[in-house]
Amino acid sequence: MYDAMMAETISITGHGGDRIEAYLARPLDPGPHGGVVVIHHMPGYDAETKEITRTFAVHGYNAVCPNLYSREAPGASPDDAAAAARARGGVPDDRLVGDAAGAAEYLRAMPGSNGKAGVIGYCSGGRQSFLAACSLPLDAAVDCYGAFVVGTPPEGMPLKVGPIVHLAPDLSCPLLGLFGADDQYPTPDQVAELDKALTEAGKAHEFHSYEGAGHAFFAVNRPAYRPEAAMDGWARIWDFFGRYLAS
Amino acid sequence: MCTYLTQTVDVEGSGKGPVGWFRLARASVYVDHPQHAPAEHTLNIDFLNPREGPSARVAVELTASSARALASAIESALGSAPPGLI
Repeated sequence: MYDAMMAETISITGHGGDRIEAYLARPLDPGPHGGVVVIHHMPGYDAETKEITRTFAVHGYNAVCPNLYSREAPGASPDDAAAAARARGGVPDDRLVGDAAGAAEYLRAMPGSNGKAGVIGYCSGGRQSFLAACSLPLDAAVDCYGAFVVGTPPEGMPLKVGPIVHLAPDLSCPLLGLFGADDQYPTPDQVAELDKALTEAGKAHEFHSYEGAGHAFFAVNRPAYRPEAAMDGWARIWDFFGRYLAS
Repeated sequence: MCTYLTQTVDVEGSGKGPVGWFRLARASVYVDHPQHAPAEHTLNIDFLNPREGPSARVAVELTASSARALASAIESALGSAPPGLI
């Protein structure tokens, strides 16, 4: 089996026509390949997220992770960029949608693309994955423990986001949700509310909540890592993207 | 938990970052996931000068008990300084 892949930093056209930094990983066989937009967690466009991006290429997908903090902190280290973005209240929703649209367009235009593009996001990126899938024509979406899809940020939080569960009727594609039963952001009740809203809207979705896991259980470099949940979660992702993106 | 709950305070002084000393203008204080400390949540402080860019930053990530001990030590040090010295 030919399994070569490559990864590199590129620039793509994001929201408002801005050129933004992104990390591309792609298999080197001719394809055809589905595409995955990887939305990084709030701590930024870091080494671990780049590893996740490469993992999609290893499994046969073209993957692009836009650096959502390109504008605040061009060239800065990921942690400094995340601090700068945090201090400014996070990534505006409209800008996120524009950047995700640019990444999806890039993937669909790649040689060997099968014309399909999906999205996956972690932590704040989980909410942004849902937002992108409700705002753009996509083929599959994965929300990994995204907070504030349901529920309002606590009073005093300068984060400029609000609940977006009302967008459920606009969801353009099937949604896979992976959550920790011990998570408080989102809580199990909030996950249940999103599940209910999607069911009422007649939207295809699959939710899995893992006992003994909290927020960020996929994060291999953090104490929150839960191997059993993460391994099952990855298996769910391969199954889900295999059905909706690969062919 | 990924929070944006942040206390921001204007500060005067200097900090030493990756490219040497720089003037400080602001500090962000928040509880969230650390980048490096081996804990799920920490009290994080970013000493910043936004006018010099995102890399003008001195960061610390402290356990809650360490942060409280630090706050107490700061108050104690200031309180024990001779009157009028600083």
